[in-house]
Amino acid sequence: MFDALSDRLERIGGRLRSRGRITPADLAEALSEIRTALLEADVELSVARAFCDNVAARCSVEALSKSLTPGQQVVKAVHEELIAVLGGETLKISYSSRPPTVILLAGLQGAGKTTTAAKLAQWFKAQGRNPLLVAADLQRPAAIEQLRILAEQAGVAFSSSGTDPVDVARHGVEEGFRLGRDVVILDTAGRLSIDQALMAEVAAISAATSPHYTFLVIDAMTGQDAVHTAKAFDETLALDGVVLTKLDGDARGGAALSVKYVLGKPIAFASTGEKLGDLDLFHPDRMADRILGMGDVLSLIEQAERTIDTEQAAQSAARMLEGTFTFDDFLDQMNQVKKMGSIGGLMKLMPGMSKQMRDAASQIDDGEIARIEGMVHSMTKAERQNPDLIDRSRQARIARGSGRSVADVAQLIKQFKQMSKMMKGLGAGKMTSIPGLGGGLSGARQMAQLAKSDPAQLQQLLGQAGGGGLPSAPWAPKAPGVGGGAGSKNKKKKGGRVTPPKGR
Amino acid sequence: MVTVLIIIGIVVVLAGAGVVVAKRRSSPALGAGTPAPQRIEQAAVAPVVLNATTDAVPADVAVAEDAPVAPVVAPADEVAESTPPSVGAASAKSRGIFAGLRAARRLKAIEPSTWDELESSLLRGDVGVTTTTRLLETLRAEVAAGTVTDGSGLLERLRILLIATLSQVERPEHGELSLEVAAGRVPVWLLVGVNGVGKTTTIGKLAYRAGGEGKKVLLAAGDTFRAAAGEQLATWGARSEVDVVLGAAGADPSAVIFDAVQRAGARGFDVVIADTAGRLHNKVNLVEELKKIRRVADREPGQVTEVLLVIDATTGQNALQQARQFTEAVSVTGIVLSKFDGSARGGVVVAIEAELKIPVRFLGVGEHASDLIAFEPIAFVDALLADDPVA
Repeated sequence: MFDALSDRLERIGGRLRSRGRITPADLAEALSEIRTALLEADVELSVARAFCDNVAARCSVEALSKSLTPGQQVVKAVHEELIAVLGGETLKISYSSRPPTVILLAGLQGAGKTTTAAKLAQWFKAQGRNPLLVAADLQRPAAIEQLRILAEQAGVAFSSSGTDPVDVARHGVEEGFRLGRDVVILDTAGRLSIDQALMAEVAAISAATSPHYTFLVIDAMTGQDAVHTAKAFDETLALDGVVLTKLDGDARGGAALSVKYVLGKPIAFASTGEKLGDLDLFHPDRMADRILGMGDVLSLIEQAERTIDTEQAAQSAARMLEGTFTFDDFLDQMNQVKKMGSIGGLMKLMPGMSKQMRDAASQIDDGEIARIEGMVHSMTKAERQNPDLIDRSRQARIARGSGRSVADVAQLIKQFKQMSKMMKGLGAGKMTSIPGLGGGLSGARQMAQLAKSDPAQLQQLLGQAGGGGLPSAPWAPKAPGVGGGAGSKNKKKKGGRVTPPKGR
Repeated sequence: MVTVLIIIGIVVVLAGAGVVVAKRRSSPALGAGTPAPQRIEQAAVAPVVLNATTDAVPADVAVAEDAPVAPVVAPADEVAESTPPSVGAASAKSRGIFAGLRAARRLKAIEPSTWDELESSLLRGDVGVTTTTRLLETLRAEVAAGTVTDGSGLLERLRILLIATLSQVERPEHGELSLEVAAGRVPVWLLVGVNGVGKTTTIGKLAYRAGGEGKKVLLAAGDTFRAAAGEQLATWGARSEVDVVLGAAGADPSAVIFDAVQRAGARGFDVVIADTAGRLHNKVNLVEELKKIRRVADREPGQVTEVLLVIDATTGQNALQQARQFTEAVSVTGIVLSKFDGSARGGVVVAIEAELKIPVRFLGVGEHASDLIAFEPIAFVDALLADDPVA
């Protein structure tokens, strides 16, 4: 989501860095551009102003004149300020000693409360909890039905009985207790912060159920009004945090930054897609890295850990590095990747990805993967083990079998071979980099090989994988994108610079 | 494509391998992991037609008890009397954002702080940096030329500039929506937008409005993705006493809309209003699906006469992007600014009209069927620049 914001900051930073000297006028100009970038990202006006003032305070003219790399200095100040604003701990849910732990969701109409409720239920279920979904939105037509269907899809219990939202909520909590559920999630109707009657109603729901957590659900596309709304809800409900929805859009999500800044309440969860699994805890530090184009390896690893068959992955990785990667491995890999959610979403987590690469990945859908799988499935066992076997006539057969053109098949095989060669090079420890991937891959190789390292060290390494291809400054020139495909022989020598491990 | 997949695969697999390594060190047992994220299951089933006058309505819905059997509802003027929604009323609820302007209005001379206040006000109203800068530059030039000399004059000029900006685009009067079709065709109004902006609600209101004008309206529940979206539209259909064509959850939306159009053609309906699933404009596949929906809706006897993009008034600068992408995909003919009764001012539509020349047609100002009012530049600008009634 913050892509566009990071692109903007990157350009400003790049220009500054190229200058040996920075005059006060240069600085003022840069700050004004940063302010514009923030405002265009929907950061609230007063927050944008405060942000720029703080950046200015961090890089006084004297400090800049002493610095050998004044541009770098400004960039660093922006980075620090961003972390300061977004910063803080990831929310850690503490469950009530007397279950159920009650969670109340509130927000404007259309923010995504009902979907979020179901996603949260699935999330708690994945944590080994036993949630109950309560539909207390009696306002919107079919809202109850929507949550009931979603509850079924998530495989969690559902309750909604009563004719008054307060009763429904109270009854829901009692039901949760009676059924021995340890988490009860209350979905409420959307309401405007200025609608006093409805705000009083949600306050009554809160009073009747004494929720352990009250989250405001906010659309990532919200503009300047976000702060206003968040303040009003906070005054009424004493929020514990915010759930940010629709982060998979291209909104720059400044609202998130502003709400955090003004309320000081954490962004607890973030929702990034239409699948029920597309919700996770929000990690502010990781988000700051992501804004600055440094990827988010930790989230990626966690996601991988949750969904993929790690033993199989280890074997597959070993074969990859030996250069005996086969189409069978490729199929496995595709299945693993599919389990982890949308490709575009995964891409955002990866370090050092170029924009072209991300764009290319965002266009991949399940249908395309299915078509590729179709081609691979049309190969014989022998062909899958040894792609060199595939001559023109075999290509034609595979094309017929999968309903694709011969050119498609040829393309698939060509790219597959190129990739497998590159991987072999990687395994052999050659200093090679796959175009578009920056240094992330070599970091990953190190990580796979370093069986001796303890988990903490591994984490540090992952931090390096994140910044591996990037010099210490956040705005580094990125590796060339893949663009048209793997045809490019653009093997770039990896610069030896590696960031020091970030303190996490 | 393959390259991208493989690279992702490599990273994922290696990450997984790394995890194994870490786990081996920390614990002997390997967790199988949690189940994969669930794809929302859907099954295509033939569409169902819900007849407003005969079919059951969900129990939790309030429908006028003495509802007449014929699909005729209260005439428009009566509606206006019962709940008179207006921009003024909507904005009276808004507060805070333009408080600064009050000071500007009182000011005799134009000071540097006056400019700051004007700028803040526009930015806080989500007008956006580009449009704000353009407006202020024009005003500065006028001040420099001596045509504007005091605070209230400056504010009045800003008001006129905004109204002029919103008058560049041709806008049918009184929120009239086009029914102009070739002989034998049925006009189709298609509602599009991102998730949660209020498409289904807006359709309910449009149906009520068109029904009130004596038109025979058929609703097509083209949102077959979101759970219970069809039921939601059916409820609105019942409220406004119009028929609804429902598809099964997960059915092809184009097919549902196609069926509705066929039915409308055969049964002499005046207009089909088609709902679509909310989709983010950056999701290429979903946008492709929408293009297909539009093509299918345009097939005989259907003819798409309006493509209305619903934009949430709380949306910030992303609305511009939404308008740009949706109009590129399906040629948006107008915008409905929903949830205008909240504290957000929806200033981004000024930028949308200025840049993309797409007229705003309606404002959504509440949750009732009659809470839809025709967009009118002067009233909108006055609401945008209104003083804080509270402070």
